[in-house]
Amino acid sequence: MRRILTLSTAPTARTTMFDDFLIRAALAGIGLTLATGPLGSFVVWRRMAYFGDATAHAAILGVALAFGLGMPLYAGTLTVALAMALTVAALSGRGHAMDTVLGVLAHAALALGLVAASFIPGLRVDLSAFLFGDILAVSRADLAVIWGGAGLVVALLAWRWQELLTATVNEELAQASGQDPGRARLILTLALALTVAVAIKIVGALLIAALLIIPAAAARQRARGPETMALGATLVGAVSVAGGLAASLRFDTPAGPSIVAVAALLFTVSLALRRRG
Amino acid sequence: MNSLIKAENLSVRHGDTVVLSGVDFAIRKGEIVTVVGPNGSGKSTLIRALIGLEAAATGRVTRSPGLAIGYVPQKLHIDAGLPLTVRRFLSLPRRVCDAAAEAALTRTGVPGLGTRPLARLSGGQFQRVLLARALLTRPDILILDEPTQGLDQPGTAAFYHLIEEVRAETGAAVLMVSHDLHVVMAASDRVVCLNGHICCEGAPKVVSAAPEYRALFGLGTGGAFALYRHMHDHDHEADEGHGHDPSAPHAAHPHPLHGPNCTHDHV
Repeated sequence: MRRILTLSTAPTARTTMFDDFLIRAALAGIGLTLATGPLGSFVVWRRMAYFGDATAHAAILGVALAFGLGMPLYAGTLTVALAMALTVAALSGRGHAMDTVLGVLAHAALALGLVAASFIPGLRVDLSAFLFGDILAVSRADLAVIWGGAGLVVALLAWRWQELLTATVNEELAQASGQDPGRARLILTLALALTVAVAIKIVGALLIAALLIIPAAAARQRARGPETMALGATLVGAVSVAGGLAASLRFDTPAGPSIVAVAALLFTVSLALRRRG
Repeated sequence: MNSLIKAENLSVRHGDTVVLSGVDFAIRKGEIVTVVGPNGSGKSTLIRALIGLEAAATGRVTRSPGLAIGYVPQKLHIDAGLPLTVRRFLSLPRRVCDAAAEAALTRTGVPGLGTRPLARLSGGQFQRVLLARALLTRPDILILDEPTQGLDQPGTAAFYHLIEEVRAETGAAVLMVSHDLHVVMAASDRVVCLNGHICCEGAPKVVSAAPEYRALFGLGTGGAFALYRHMHDHDHEADEGHGHDPSAPHAAHPHPLHGPNCTHDHV
């Protein structure tokens, strides 16, 4: 981050807006929050916080695999995140103590990923970029992937919004209405894996869950309905991205953690604005 | 006549415990059927299995294709993290217009509640909102699990009146679990007594006119409760001193509720 920030003090010739790394970073972050707002709301409503963690941590293993096998990075993270999310979804509801299972899986995946990464020459140095993100190094190609992925998540959630919401309120009501709550779980699992895959470059594996949960929790305080909460979460997320990037620039702090820190600050403020009910 | 839902030789297990065994049951269009039985007798399990929320260990459940079920569960927990007004809840799973939503709320006795958060309703209000939502789905069958809990006496009476009205208007069948035995007698076409298996079933009017019923329990609501308690506050394993033979669990019971439709054998 420091290296890139030093560069920023000596601006190079710009041909388009996208050449500015700061603009790209902001666009990447805001693109991601389009997905994390509504998806994070579901994570809060369904108490899937640890589920998000497990999926995100697994993405580190995906990074190692992608480098080891020479696959594209996003393909690696998406594959492993999806495998993890499906494993957790399959294990849930089979009588296991879920927080224990998730605790085992989340940290085992992270540890395995770190171990696997140590076997790949050249990756060890860069690993922090995947743990904490490197939003300032987002390329135009990354932007396309991020907006594509986030757009897909938003489309998926919007397409099945009523069904997802019904299953979230109560799976048995959904089933009695002739819907399949398993499909709702699968859609959310898929959306989570997609989000993790595109977010790893922005906030890193350790902080993806924070970007899902904190803006949604902040938006909850004033929201009267699920839709306003989802939109509010995106808004809080976008403000966090802008504020975090500004803070990163001003104080020379790492960008990913700065974004999450601003989100946490906004959450604290939201507590004071709390509306009952 | 075709059954909306039919169970044949249905058994349900929870782990090693057999909760229901050998249940044959069917409900037809426009019928009001009430399931009564002591706590733990499998009433909720039966209706959940009929909806498809519980898997059958043996036997099978058949629902007529495309059957619209309006389900009112016994309890519904709304996560505090989910902001949901009554109005928004009524639009799940399918959106309804404001006029229809308000009409449904008025009908179930809670007009003007639309803007309230679901989490801030009293038990009785919540029950009515659940019913309003179920009615809005235009069900072929309403399935209600202890729908009058949390309602006061007039509320309960109004509730059963409403159920009859809905049936008359829409031709929907109604299947409910209830403890209000005196009202059940008046409001149901058929009563099913459950205690892990179907003890007996039949038409309440026939039953309440039966000489055994009058002789044993009198005519008031107290009588109905006495009947209920006698029928069900027993344990098939540990005999409570009224002459139970485990091999013939029904021998000590007169069966005033054993109606003409009941075809299964009683030992």
